[in-house]
Amino acid sequence: MTEAGHLTTADIGDVPGPVLGDDARALARRIVAKYPTPRSALVPLLYLVQSEAGWVPRKGMREVAELLGLTTAEVEAVATFYTMLKLHPCGRYVLSICTNPSCALRGGKRLFERAHELLGEDCEHVTADGVFTLEEEECLAACDTAPVVALNYVFYNRVTEEALESMIEAVRAGRVPEASRGGVPGELREVSRTLAGLTGRLPEGAEAERA
Amino acid sequence: MPEFEPVLTARWADPAAATMDGYLAGGGYRGLAKALDMSPAEVIEVVKTSGLRGRGGAGFPTGTKWSFIPQNTGKPVYVVANFDESEPGTFNNRELMERDPHQFLEGLIICSYAVNCRTAFVYCRGEFVWPGTVLERAVAEAYERGYLGAKVAGSDYALDVVVHRGAGAYICGEETALLESLEGYRGQPRLRPPFPAVEGLYRSPTVINNVETLSCVPHILDRGPAWFASIGTEKSSGPGVFSISGKVERPGNYEAPMGTTARDLIAMAGGVTDGKALKAFTPGGSSTPFLTAQHLDTPMDFDSVAAAGSLLGTKAVIVLDERDCVVDAVLRFTQFYAHESCGKCTPCREGTWWMTRVLGRMARGQGTMQDIDLMRDVGQNMLFKAFCALADGAVSPIDSSIKYFRDEYEEHVRLGRCPFVEPGEETAAAAVAAPPAHELALGEVLG
Repeated sequence: MTEAGHLTTADIGDVPGPVLGDDARALARRIVAKYPTPRSALVPLLYLVQSEAGWVPRKGMREVAELLGLTTAEVEAVATFYTMLKLHPCGRYVLSICTNPSCALRGGKRLFERAHELLGEDCEHVTADGVFTLEEEECLAACDTAPVVALNYVFYNRVTEEALESMIEAVRAGRVPEASRGGVPGELREVSRTLAGLTGRLPEGAEAERA
Repeated sequence: MPEFEPVLTARWADPAAATMDGYLAGGGYRGLAKALDMSPAEVIEVVKTSGLRGRGGAGFPTGTKWSFIPQNTGKPVYVVANFDESEPGTFNNRELMERDPHQFLEGLIICSYAVNCRTAFVYCRGEFVWPGTVLERAVAEAYERGYLGAKVAGSDYALDVVVHRGAGAYICGEETALLESLEGYRGQPRLRPPFPAVEGLYRSPTVINNVETLSCVPHILDRGPAWFASIGTEKSSGPGVFSISGKVERPGNYEAPMGTTARDLIAMAGGVTDGKALKAFTPGGSSTPFLTAQHLDTPMDFDSVAAAGSLLGTKAVIVLDERDCVVDAVLRFTQFYAHESCGKCTPCREGTWWMTRVLGRMARGQGTMQDIDLMRDVGQNMLFKAFCALADGAVSPIDSSIKYFRDEYEEHVRLGRCPFVEPGEETAAAAVAAPPAHELALGEVLG
């Protein structure tokens, strides 16, 4: 960390021990077996890393590279392309607020500014209590319920400033409110398991060993 | 409007429709049974006859697309459903999946059968955590009940469906970028030809269809192509789910025959908010040129909207009313394109970024009259100069807003501020950090 509080390359990748343990590696083999070619599993495996570490440290990229027979640079090139793969330590809840016109016309921009005020200066990195990472989001394809706010990409409809304030307070107190659809969102690690494909159909037994 | 009975959204009010039992009770998987009684070529012919055109934006005839798949290459054939819905203002795929996932899945199975595909993929937008889970449940149910796997619906046809989650990149809705992403690369578009029908996923023949397109297919098989073609217009047949958002009383998805006018669609959404006058609307998402009140009676079909100077796109109507600042909305759209440009092609990567700078100073009241022409000039250097249509989409709101609302840009210059905000009040545009001085200087060099 620099004096200004910025992460350096020494911080990134500095996580103790392997990111993917034996259980995670067994899951990784099953994820790979879903696809005709192993490389298709690259993003799902980075989500698996995120589900273990809470973000995607360089060490995790190296481990994925080894699993898929790629170089770390090839993995990093992909990891840096996608915004849902977090390349720095993140809050347990990613709070996304859409400010694209369909939401902005209905108060999205004001909501984002309010969230920024409430969460403080570093909130687009991670809040001091480690709870939130705030993101100004592009269109979430839910303009029927604008303005849209999401916690770990699970959507809340027509959020007012008051609702946003009480949502932030509740999450800080460990009482995550139920989303408009999809129940109570889990922490980023848990949602990353879903994104890795672990809640969907995974090859089993001999089929999984193919990889 | 003539009598119209909803087709794609008919089951939306019934929460059970999202389950296999609920779907079967409503006549689900009947279209698949009929398809499996035909040869694949016959199924393609039925879809061709229906006149169905792709709902993902380009409007290409679906049956024709399927007929392009060569069957003698010795390679497997793939079908990829594009569920990476992210065009600003578009949200019909999301709701079609949340409320009726088997309708989509049945269409995917029929399409796969028609082109002789054994492994189909669904590329699900990463941010669709919940809609993706609804889809995964439907896929699991379809395996359990024998609609997927070794013997689809008791036939000798075998099909597997793989759900793949994206990771946050608008560009992956572009079909070749989607394929790159699904193969485990950065989502950057490929040069065409070869087209995906010849060399798509893993360099194999591939069909890529939108979720709404595939959702139409079971109905075409079940009720016949003539019935489908009797809905909508001659060249844009069938029903469509229109996403209406922005300044309307009840934003939402509204199903209507293709060719319904924007006026009727906005009326379905309760009209413009607070009874205000409409200023502008996009017919098909942010990438389609703005239209204005004079175009409200344009039928929303592929050809009529094109004749009016815009594109039907994804049938996503974003409404701005008389109180809304066009420059501000265009700035936000442009920031979107700058953020989502994949960076592969220089005109797009640089053009979108410079446009945010010029539009930013314009929105803050620091622009000049020359900036208006500068933006048109930059736009001309972006249009049709990149591998994919993202840059073209980025130019659409800028060019069309200058065409219809040049006076509004000029007003920003004359007043030295946004005319829609009282002096001292902050605009959304003002919240955008002013660029460092050296960038402004470069902007002047560009001019």
